[in-house]
Amino acid sequence: MQRIGVFVCWCGSNIAATVDVHAVAEAAKLEPGVVFSTDYQYMCSQAGQNMIIDAVKEHKLTGLVICSCSPRMHEATFRKTAANAGINPYMVEIANIREQCSWVHKDMPTGTEKAIILAKAAIAKVHLNTPLTPGESKVTKRALVIGGGIAGIQTALDIADAGYPVDIVEKEPTIGGKMAQLDKTFPTLDCAACILTPKMVDAAQNENIRIISYAKVEEVGGFVGNFHVKIRKKARFVNEDVCTGCGLCTEKCPQKKVPNAFNLNMDNHRAIYIPFAQAVPKVAVIDPDYCNMLKNGKCGVCAKVCTAGAIDYKQEDQIIEEDYGAIVAATGYNPISVEKFDEFAYSQSKDVITSLEFERLTNAAGPTAGKLLRPSDGEHPHTIVFVQCVGSRCASCAGKGKEYCSKICCMYTAKHAMLVRDKYPDTEVYVFYIDVRTPGKNFDEFYRRAVEEYGVHYIKGMVGKVTPENGKLKVQASDLLADRQLHIDADLVVLAAAIEPDKSARPLATMLTASMDTNDFFTEAHPKLRPVESPTAGIFLSGACQGPKDIPETVSQASAAAAKVIGLLSKNTLKGNPCVAQSDELMCNGCSSCANVCPYGAITYVNKEFRMPDRTTKVRRVASVNPAVCQGCGACTVACPSGAMDLNGFKNNQIMAEVDAICK
Amino acid sequence: MQVNESNIVANEEFRPKIVAFCCNWCSYAGADLAGNNRLAYPADIKIIRVPCSCRVNPMFILRAFQRGADGVILCGCHPGDCHYTSGNYYTRRRMAMLFSMLNYLGIEKERTRVEWVSAAEGAKFAATMQDFAEKVKALGPNKRLEDLRCKQ
Repeated sequence: MQRIGVFVCWCGSNIAATVDVHAVAEAAKLEPGVVFSTDYQYMCSQAGQNMIIDAVKEHKLTGLVICSCSPRMHEATFRKTAANAGINPYMVEIANIREQCSWVHKDMPTGTEKAIILAKAAIAKVHLNTPLTPGESKVTKRALVIGGGIAGIQTALDIADAGYPVDIVEKEPTIGGKMAQLDKTFPTLDCAACILTPKMVDAAQNENIRIISYAKVEEVGGFVGNFHVKIRKKARFVNEDVCTGCGLCTEKCPQKKVPNAFNLNMDNHRAIYIPFAQAVPKVAVIDPDYCNMLKNGKCGVCAKVCTAGAIDYKQEDQIIEEDYGAIVAATGYNPISVEKFDEFAYSQSKDVITSLEFERLTNAAGPTAGKLLRPSDGEHPHTIVFVQCVGSRCASCAGKGKEYCSKICCMYTAKHAMLVRDKYPDTEVYVFYIDVRTPGKNFDEFYRRAVEEYGVHYIKGMVGKVTPENGKLKVQASDLLADRQLHIDADLVVLAAAIEPDKSARPLATMLTASMDTNDFFTEAHPKLRPVESPTAGIFLSGACQGPKDIPETVSQASAAAAKVIGLLSKNTLKGNPCVAQSDELMCNGCSSCANVCPYGAITYVNKEFRMPDRTTKVRRVASVNPAVCQGCGACTVACPSGAMDLNGFKNNQIMAEVDAICK
Repeated sequence: MQVNESNIVANEEFRPKIVAFCCNWCSYAGADLAGNNRLAYPADIKIIRVPCSCRVNPMFILRAFQRGADGVILCGCHPGDCHYTSGNYYTRRRMAMLFSMLNYLGIEKERTRVEWVSAAEGAKFAATMQDFAEKVKALGPNKRLEDLRCKQ
């Protein structure tokens, strides 16, 4: 028989306001096996924990029930307390009487009644708890960063600086990500390339960093400290080790009509190309959809002009397999497609562009060499209308837009407006907004400058319709503050499209078994206290894949993720989760049902000798679980026809005891 | 408990007993989020935490009905989002079988449910529980499988 102690937490008034904590403690005393029961204001505080330790010693407790907040919050805390008190940490059960009781039920009798039942269920369970000891596993001291934008680069650099090898997997032929496409950055207006490209070069030259570009993660197996990853490096038809990046081939290739994705298809490049001048690695790549040689075997110009002999038309995809201790997701974002917003006529007129296209138009390395020219006729625009919140904060436009605020658009629109007025003072600039949101260091000052020094017309109200007419764009909008309709003849309309997670994030999350929210942003282990970790151990989050972020925030999160990775890699061994499956060899008949459902391949079969009642021995095939590989899902426990398989910490009899206590 | 029974059950209103199995990674976190956002749902719902919805043995559900539960709901991660990659698919198949058998035994199909609730769907969790509790309440007490020998 266990000697159980029950500790009911008030959580200040969070629990005590709707649960009579004293009554819960009193009711618990009546349960069999409970030898001590009390309530206290903050069980998780040092004083509360000391109270638990003292009670364990005084009453010789063998099991603890803490009625408090969610186990997702403080289970680890109280397990440590139990260990400090000298009992096995897995002899602790939490009754969640805060999130799932006091916070959701309004009146005291209801809350108290439910809290008592939850406490009784936990008591019933802890009666059947057994001491568990976590196994240990080795940590592979190498990290994988998925995504080579500024987030991935920063994370990789920081991990590498701590002395650990790190691989960056980037799906594009070059690292750099979205930041490489930007022109200037707010609020300091330094050019994106000037601050990004040195970091890209640092990453390329760092001996601890390996850049695997033009590649994607295909398979992830294993667990924290011991991930096994399969990476597909796509054929670029150019030998990366030989190509010098001279660019001669990209000038001689006869196939000139390949849309330039880096410039958002506003101009063309050749079928063999280097995405941009500062690309890392600076290696050409052939687009097999356009290359004449690869399509019909007729051409070969690039191979002829290449003095290094780097062209290899027969190159095939390469599979790289590697072990990692930690994985960082840094998959970034994309602007949403604005084509569905008919009112803005994006598909009807070339002169309606997105903000990212605008970045390329003003970028000195862009399709117009930095001159702001209308895409339709190459004329200089004299009236520009910026529309904010296109698809952001749009609960009603389901399927097209997003409910959330994309966070960065207010600032980059202010930047665009300011840059236009600075370079071309003869241009009238209008910005239509719902709200201008500028929290951040020097952000509001920046926006005020756009309005006050540069004379940008900020108008509160949304644009209702854009109609292309005689080479002009007729913009119909409302001015909510002046309560009037506006008609503006614009030359260029720039849409601040909402941002969404990259499409590759969801399949990746599935491979990583990392959770995502309904918008496909990765979820954090805790929204406030563990913002750079995924709930899945060993997976970390960096940058905009976790939520909309500007560059300073992305970089700080990237470094934070790196710090967490370094903390993990600095350990030689990790304690595993002891709540793993275990088979009762006497009951197992070796049928393989469990191995068939195990997603981790944790179950193998061994031939074991059993002593029979007649003193003979018999060899039988029985299941054996590898505790280092088992993740403790419990699929096998249900599949087992003989009931031999059980899950430590969530044993059949424990869950049944909880069911009984609740239904009593 | 005795004190509470006299207080609450005295007004004769039927209060269903509902067991909710929630997977640790999505639905239990969704329930926590409902709590964080103070989204109320009936106190008749009592949650049992399991690592994955696939840990729920059909026996647990039969046991609940045997012991007098009026409804059992099982919540897991959305298909494709299972923390253990495929656990919720097992759940879906197992429960389709079990629930159809229970229906045959006279347990109305409204008394059993599988629902996918992610860690971000606190509102969905509260709304689902509200709806489920109302439906079970409308059906009245479950007498079909209740084993009176289990009553103390």
